[in-house]
Amino acid sequence: MLQHIIQLLPQVLVDGITLGFVYAVVAIGYTMVYGILELINFAHGDIFMTGAFIGSGFLFLFISLGLMSSLPALLVFLIVIILSAMITGGMGVAIERVAYRPLRKRNAPKLIALITSIGISFILEDLVRFIAEWKTGNYIVTAPSLFNHTFTIDIHSIMPFFNNAKFQSSFIVVLVVTIIMLIGLDLFVNKTKWGMAMRAVAQDRETASLMTINVNRVISVTFFVGSALGGATGVLFMLQYGTIDPYIGFILGIKAFTAAVLGGIGNIRGAMFGGLMLGLIEMFAAANLSTLTGGLFGSEYKDVFAFIILILVLIFKPEGLFGKATIEKV
Amino acid sequence: MKLKRFIPLMAVLALVVGLLAGCGSGSSSGKSLKVIKIATQTPLSGGSATLGNAIKLGAQLSVQDYKAKFAKLGYKVVLAPYDDMADPKKGVSNAQDIASDNSILGIVGHLNSGVAIPSSSVYEQNHIAMVSPANTAVELTERGLKSVNRICARDDFQGPAGANYAVKTLKAKKIFIIQDKTAYGSGLASAFRDEAKKLGAKIVGYEGITVGEKDFSGVISQAAATKPDLLYFGGVYAEGGLIIKQARQQGMNMPIMGGDGLDSSSTVSIAGPAVKNVYFSTVVGDVTKTEAGRKFAADYKKQFGKDIEGYSAYGYDCGGVLQQAILNAIKKNGGKLPTRANVETAVRDIHNYDGLATKVDFDNKGDNKYAKIYIYKFDKASYPATEMTEIQKTK
Repeated sequence: MLQHIIQLLPQVLVDGITLGFVYAVVAIGYTMVYGILELINFAHGDIFMTGAFIGSGFLFLFISLGLMSSLPALLVFLIVIILSAMITGGMGVAIERVAYRPLRKRNAPKLIALITSIGISFILEDLVRFIAEWKTGNYIVTAPSLFNHTFTIDIHSIMPFFNNAKFQSSFIVVLVVTIIMLIGLDLFVNKTKWGMAMRAVAQDRETASLMTINVNRVISVTFFVGSALGGATGVLFMLQYGTIDPYIGFILGIKAFTAAVLGGIGNIRGAMFGGLMLGLIEMFAAANLSTLTGGLFGSEYKDVFAFIILILVLIFKPEGLFGKATIEKV
Repeated sequence: MKLKRFIPLMAVLALVVGLLAGCGSGSSSGKSLKVIKIATQTPLSGGSATLGNAIKLGAQLSVQDYKAKFAKLGYKVVLAPYDDMADPKKGVSNAQDIASDNSILGIVGHLNSGVAIPSSSVYEQNHIAMVSPANTAVELTERGLKSVNRICARDDFQGPAGANYAVKTLKAKKIFIIQDKTAYGSGLASAFRDEAKKLGAKIVGYEGITVGEKDFSGVISQAAATKPDLLYFGGVYAEGGLIIKQARQQGMNMPIMGGDGLDSSSTVSIAGPAVKNVYFSTVVGDVTKTEAGRKFAADYKKQFGKDIEGYSAYGYDCGGVLQQAILNAIKKNGGKLPTRANVETAVRDIHNYDGLATKVDFDNKGDNKYAKIYIYKFDKASYPATEMTEIQKTK
C-alpha cells in the first residue's frame, strides 16, 4: 500500500502544485478584500472565470487576425494575460464602485454586502454565459492550446521506487507566472507606499483616513490588484485545462475561499500557503483515497478528506495557520 | 395631441384587420379534408434546442410523406409543435393544453426522460398515444402505461452492450471505471461494471469525480498506475472530454469508452486530437448507411437547409409509426374519425413497421423489440464518429 502511494507521489506533486498555485492566487483576492473591508467578496470566483473567458476571447481574436503564426507563443500569452488582467482589474474596481461603495456609505450591515456579492456573482455567470452562447453557440468554450509539449520527468531511473511524472509545458508557465505574481504582490504590499496605505486601512480605517490616506482610493486599488490577479489566474487556468465554462468560478471560488480561511483570512502569505496546501491535499486524496481505505471510499470523497483536514486545523487554530488572534475592540 | 392618439388607434386597427385577414385565409383553404393533428413536444429553445428541433423537423417530413395516404381517406394531418423547454413543469402544462385540443390524436416526444415521465401521466389519463424517439430512462415504460411507447433502446441495455463490446471485441481484461456520481453516469457505469465482471474482465478501479470540476489528474494518475487495457467513463462530454485529454497527457493510450453522453461534437472540441481511439455506445444509429437514409438526409437538407442530426430520423420514424397507427385506426373504424383510445391501441398494435432508422414492434410495455445499441468510434478528431457495430438485445 505504502509502495503504491510512493510510486504515485511525483505525479501527485506535479498536479497538486499546479492546482495549489491556482487556488493560492485566487485565495489572495478573497483575503485582501476581507482584510480591508471584512467583506467576503463571493463575486471574486466569477472574476476569475471572466478572466478565463476574456483571455480565450483574445486568443480567438489573435487567431482570426492571423497573429498567432507570426508571433511566438510566449509573447502572445504575455499580451493576453496582461490585457485580461487589466480588464478584470477594471471590472473589480467598477463592481466595488457600483455595488459595494453605496452600501458602505449608508453604513449598511455587512450581511447586505455579502448578499450583494452573491448577486454580482450570478450576474457575471449569466452574462458570460449569454455572450459565450451568442458568439460560439455553446457556453462550454475550448480555448486554443498554446503550450502543449509533454515532458516526462524520468525520476524512475534515478529512484526506482517512484513512477515517472508527466506534465505539459503549460505547467511550467503556470508555475512561473503564479510565483512571479505572488512575489510581486508580496513586495507591493510590504515595500511600497500603496502597500503601506493598504495595511494601514486594514488595521484601522478611520485612523488611516485621519493620516491623509484616501481610504476609498485604497479600497479601489485593492479591488484592482485582487481582481487583476484573479483574472490573470483565469487565463492560466484556461491554458492549463483547455476547457472553460461560466460555472468554473463557483467551485474553485469556494475552494480558494477555504484556502484563505485555512491560511488565516486577511493574511496574504497565509492565503498562498493555504492554497498550495489545499491543492496538494486534494490531489493526494484523489489519487490515493481508495488505496488508503481499501476501496471503501473512492476518490469522489477527496473534498470530504480535504475539508476534514480544514476542520481539524481550525479546531486547534481557529484563526487559521498564519492568522493572528485579534481581540475585538468594543 | 390628437394626432398622437390617432397613431396607436391606427396601429391597433391595422393589427385587427390583419388578424381577421389571416384567420379568413386559414379557414378557406381547409376545404373538405378533415383535420387531424399530431403534436410534437421537444425543447425548441435552450441548450438542447438543436436536438429538439431535429425531432420536430423529422416528424414534419413524415407528415408530408403520409399526406397522400391520408388525403385518399379524406383526412389531412397537421403537425402541432410544442416547446417543452426541457422543463418538466412546462412539459406537463403543454400536455394539458394538448389534452384539451380534441383534434390532437397522438404525440411525438419527448427528448428528455425527466420531462417525458411526468407528462406521460397526463397523456395516460387522456388516452393520447405517445411515441418517443429518444427517452431511454428505464422507468418510463416500466410503469405499465398504455399510452407510452418508445422506439429507442433503454438505459439498462446500454451499459451491458458496451461491456459486451469492450470485453469480446476490444478484448479488454483490466478495466478502470470512472463515473460522475449522477443518476445517469453512475447507473451506466455500474451496469457496465456488472456485465464486464460477468464476462470475465477484471475491474481494477471504480472511482467517482465531481461534475463541474476541470482537473481530474488525481484520479487519472491512479488509473494510470493500474495500467488498464480500457478506461470506461460514465458521464457526459463536459467531463468526459477533459478526462480523455488528461488521460492521454499522462500517457494512457488504451481505448477509452463511454455512453451516449459522449455522443457530441463537444467531445471532439474539448478533447482535441486525444479523442482518437475513443468508443461510445448510443441508441442512435447512423442512417446515412442505407440508400433510403441518404435520400432522407438529402430531402431534409433541401427542405430545411440543415444537415440531419442523430435524432432526425427517429423523429421521422415516430411520426411514421403514429400516422400508420392512425391510418389503421381509421380503416378499422370504417373511415370515420377514430377516438384517442382507438389510436392508443392501434399504436401498441403496430407490428414490424419498417422505419428509416429502426424496425418497430412494441412489446406489452411499449418498448421496441427491435431497439438496438450502436457502438461508435472516433477515428480522427472530427464529429460524427464512425459506426462500428450494432448490438441487438437478445430476449
